[in-house]
Amino acid sequence: MALFEAQNVTKRFATQTALDSVSISVPEQSIYGLLGPNGAGKTTLIRIINQITAPDSGAIFLNGRPMRPDDVHNIGYLPEERGLYKKMKVGEQALYLAQLKGLSHAEAMRRLKYWFKKLEITGWWDKKIQELSKGMQQKVQFITTVLHEPKLLIFDEPFTGFDPINVKQIKEEILFLRERGATIIFSTHNMGSVEELCDHITLINKANTILEGSVEKIRRDWAENEFKIIFDGEVTPAGNGHFSVLNSVFEAGKSAVRIKATESGDTNEIIKAMTAAGKVVSFNPALPSMNEIFIRVVETRNREAAKN
Amino acid sequence: MNKTLLIIRREYVTRVRKKSFIIMTLLTPFLFALIFIIPMLVMSNEDKNFKKIAVIEEGSDLFTNVIPDTKDTDFEYLQGVRLNDIKNNFSEMGYYGVLYISPQIVTTPDAIQLISRKQPPIGLLDHISGSLEKEIEKQKLLAYNIENLDEILRTINSSVRIQTIKMDESGSTRETSTGISMALAYLGGFLMYMLVFMFGSMVMRGVIEEKTNRIVEVIISSVKPVQLMLGKIIGVALVGLTQFALWIVLTLALVMVIKSSFLPEGTLEQMQQLPQSFAGADQAMAGAGTSTISAEQLTEFQELFAGALNQPWGLIIFSFIFYFLTGYLLYASLFAAIGSAVDNETETQQFMLPVTIPIILGLIVAMGTMQNPESSLSFWFSIIPLTSPIVMVARIPFDVPAWEIALSMGLMLITIFGAVWMAAKIYRTGILMYGKKTSYKELWKWLTYKG
Repeated sequence: MALFEAQNVTKRFATQTALDSVSISVPEQSIYGLLGPNGAGKTTLIRIINQITAPDSGAIFLNGRPMRPDDVHNIGYLPEERGLYKKMKVGEQALYLAQLKGLSHAEAMRRLKYWFKKLEITGWWDKKIQELSKGMQQKVQFITTVLHEPKLLIFDEPFTGFDPINVKQIKEEILFLRERGATIIFSTHNMGSVEELCDHITLINKANTILEGSVEKIRRDWAENEFKIIFDGEVTPAGNGHFSVLNSVFEAGKSAVRIKATESGDTNEIIKAMTAAGKVVSFNPALPSMNEIFIRVVETRNREAAKN
Repeated sequence: MNKTLLIIRREYVTRVRKKSFIIMTLLTPFLFALIFIIPMLVMSNEDKNFKKIAVIEEGSDLFTNVIPDTKDTDFEYLQGVRLNDIKNNFSEMGYYGVLYISPQIVTTPDAIQLISRKQPPIGLLDHISGSLEKEIEKQKLLAYNIENLDEILRTINSSVRIQTIKMDESGSTRETSTGISMALAYLGGFLMYMLVFMFGSMVMRGVIEEKTNRIVEVIISSVKPVQLMLGKIIGVALVGLTQFALWIVLTLALVMVIKSSFLPEGTLEQMQQLPQSFAGADQAMAGAGTSTISAEQLTEFQELFAGALNQPWGLIIFSFIFYFLTGYLLYASLFAAIGSAVDNETETQQFMLPVTIPIILGLIVAMGTMQNPESSLSFWFSIIPLTSPIVMVARIPFDVPAWEIALSMGLMLITIFGAVWMAAKIYRTGILMYGKKTSYKELWKWLTYKG
């Protein structure tokens, strides 16, 4: 069942349309990616979900009923730009925001201690926000967002400013939150994290949805009959009527070969040809990365738009 | 805990703990104390060095021994010495200066010169001219050959000082001191102007900080924008009251300490204490008498003392606090609305002007009020809410009819409700708007949004 739904949401600003009849449906306890180039309208959609701005037309639903103003209490929002008082101390600030969310002092302290320990930032309690690096501030912001255990979490570009270690840590935490029952919407440019984390995505370009669905399905849909074969030793199969070789790399005693089946190509024939060529270690359909799909879809759309 | 209370507490605690708050709170009493103390020090430190002044009279001895010696000045009457003999070397001869009295003095008042290397103190000049005037009057009277002249002169010797007594409609009278009223008016009006401006713009900066750091986007999922705005305004008001209370206590303590360690103890000390701690600006008058106590000065003190006690202190303090709170509330909501409508502090300029003009007008009228508290300009400005906090506070030491105060306060309260309501509407929309420059037209649209 969908925890959150947006139906035909449209938002216009003075000179441009930020969202043009965009709909999304976020299943409960899933991770939903909002993708799109800069300026596509992702942040506007997020601000509408948070009821910071109202849509010009269209409706938003939570748990199947129209969203009410006090529903924002059940949302945790991590804005792209830091939303913290620069001159306040980390601990004090986290405690203040937690109490504003309705947690008691004791409960807030207990949860803060848990999260500070988990994210290894216990030593920052008495530091001022302005003394922290961007990534460090982001960690504090992350904690204040999830502390009151909201049903719906919204992360706007949660990985900017993080080093790879911290990106990994935050990814693990996001997966952990989903396991504990949270539904997560996040916007990002980081396509690697989309493959790892997202169950579903919507790709928005120039205020319009141009691709949406489950990540698995999208990648399969966009697969172009390509296969990846690993051989023992240096092997380069020769192309025939069923397939052509795209590239072949020999490294550390193994060859990685990428082939593309022709339109009349038969998978059995291809496998036969492979086993004939050498000792096959693995044979897999090659799914396109989200990055490739993203670029292909957006570029195709923009070309079409330019033509019209 | 109630969320608005949480916000108030944060606004209060973070500001009170700031270094700038602590420094301001500690330093300002020194400034205030200086304002009180400097006139006292100037008075008590007046050139006390012993001076010898040579008096040269040309062609007569009419004024020999006319100017009596004082505690720190001796007058030596040199006979048969010409001005030119001594003019260039009196200093080497041990004289502070040379007083030259020409024979024309009876007819031409400026036929007298005091030549000295340093600027002579005013007290000395008064002493000389006073003694000479008296003597010349006496000489002129003598010319009329009046009998028993000395006797007559003694009886007519009198001094005049105006006592101001105000009578209200019921006919009861009250002695007041215009000096103290003026000092209070000045202090009250100026302090009000300063506080309203200072704390009002503190609110504005806080709002801009929350807006530009996007804190607001996170917080409005927990509280309503109006709660955030009111929490900030009330929190800063408490900061203001705290600072104000500390200033009064610290200033009084400082004045006491400095006075007891710098000024000689005297019988007058206790008497001065009270009026000074109420209003220090009468120092100039009160401080004059620390060295010699004459009967005349004593009455002067007593009057000042009585004048200070007769000020309607309860009303003054009550109205100051009332107008501080309401005036601050009025301007802080306007400042908060401005802060929410802009993206950074430099953009505030275009909206600041209409808000600052009434404050500054108020200050100007308040200063004029001290000269003429009953003028119709003062009256109207002390009734109109935007200027009344400053002008009314300046008028109250001069006695204002109760109905005028009630009208002014009533209008003020009504205006505050209007201002807070208006500010809340602008704030609610403005705080979440980014990027485009806000115009007055836009503000009007936000004001008239429904819901």
